[in-house]
Amino acid sequence: MNINLTLIGQTVTFLVFVWFCWKYVWPALIGVMAEREKKIAEGLQAAERADKDLELAQKKATDQLKEAKVQAATIVEQANKRAAQIVEEAKEQARAEGDRLKAAAQAEILQESNRAKEALRAQVATLALAGATKVLGSSVDEAKHSELLNQLAQEL
Amino acid sequence: MASEEITTTGYIQHHLQNMAYGKLPAGYERVNADGSITVLEESTWTLAHTSQEAVDMGFWAVHLDSMGWSIALGVIFAFLFARVASKATVGVPTGVQSFVELVVEFVDNTVKDIFHHRNTMIAPMALTIFMWVFMMNFMDLIPVDWLPMAAAKIAGNDHLFFKVVPTTDPNITLGMAFAVFLLMLFFSIKEKGLMGFVKELTLHPFHAGKWYVDIFLIPINLILETVSLIAKPISLGLRLFGNLYAGEMIFILIALMFGGGALLFAGAGVLQWGWAVFHILVITLQAFVFMVLTTVYMAMAHDTGEDH
Repeated sequence: MNINLTLIGQTVTFLVFVWFCWKYVWPALIGVMAEREKKIAEGLQAAERADKDLELAQKKATDQLKEAKVQAATIVEQANKRAAQIVEEAKEQARAEGDRLKAAAQAEILQESNRAKEALRAQVATLALAGATKVLGSSVDEAKHSELLNQLAQEL
Repeated sequence: MASEEITTTGYIQHHLQNMAYGKLPAGYERVNADGSITVLEESTWTLAHTSQEAVDMGFWAVHLDSMGWSIALGVIFAFLFARVASKATVGVPTGVQSFVELVVEFVDNTVKDIFHHRNTMIAPMALTIFMWVFMMNFMDLIPVDWLPMAAAKIAGNDHLFFKVVPTTDPNITLGMAFAVFLLMLFFSIKEKGLMGFVKELTLHPFHAGKWYVDIFLIPINLILETVSLIAKPISLGLRLFGNLYAGEMIFILIALMFGGGALLFAGAGVLQWGWAVFHILVITLQAFVFMVLTTVYMAMAHDTGEDH
């Protein structure tokens, strides 16, 4: 328990170890720990950024989907409209065609009846002459009375 | 210990004597173990065989045991930490590295709380103190007779003095406190200048602002400040020494009980265990206190402000 040279020895030893720790131990350890801290902080930041990006992407996707739905609905509506229009047009055409055909048929019928009338008119004189001949007993001279008969046929 | 005529007093005294290596003057009368006297013909460097010889060696003697353990433990600390530091990875720390980082972070936080100036030396110093003092204190938990008896067997000398706890040697604790004191003076003068330091010693705590009053206050201030300055390292060293010395003393007394019959043996076992558990707290706390106080003193040395 005497105070002796050990005191100075310990003082020097202490300073040597402190110096060693100061130069070779502390900076390396603190450096590594600081670097790790930085890395972790960066990682957390990146995760946060990724989270935000994901949220944005989801929002964008939802928006696009909504827009697409609206567009699809518009297209379907337009198509329906167009279809209705086409049907309407077709109906219109059919009706017009029908009318045209009816008119043509009527015209033909009229023509036919006129033609039949003409034919009848042409033959009426002959028939009337034949009838009259039968009635009068060949007293009627064709040449003499043809004018009269023609006149009659004209009047029919 | 091994000899038959061992006495309680002798046992205790033997345990409290360091292995001193020093110079005995010419004409010195050495008392041998059998009582005969050998007179030295010329001054000799030798190991002290008795406590009286250690005293007579005076200042120029070294305690080989405390110095040796102190350096050995310091080297273990330095080697372990330097190895981890050189191999440290930025990735997930494992094993020793995580333990070392735990200690470093703890010390770093403690120092940051106390010390607010720019000095990269303070934190490593605090780490060195904490780990080194802790390891030196830890030697106290090794049963008191193991290492001394092993050393005596190896040396073939039953009377070999061998103290294994460096911090129960006041030379060790005061030596560290002295180093802290030197650093305090160094940083005080470096930060405040020689005049600033002298002013701190002479113009505090009493300061009138008129030179004819200050003339009378300066001596009072000087005495007060010098005492408080000197008291810092002394209390720092003696606190550690006192705690560990008392702790070891109790261990020695408990060790004595082991020789007192079956009942005392059992009692001593319980006491030994209890005191050791309690001592785990003490050694950690004392290492921490030494570290914190050193940091506080360093912070005071760096304080240039007049705000106290």
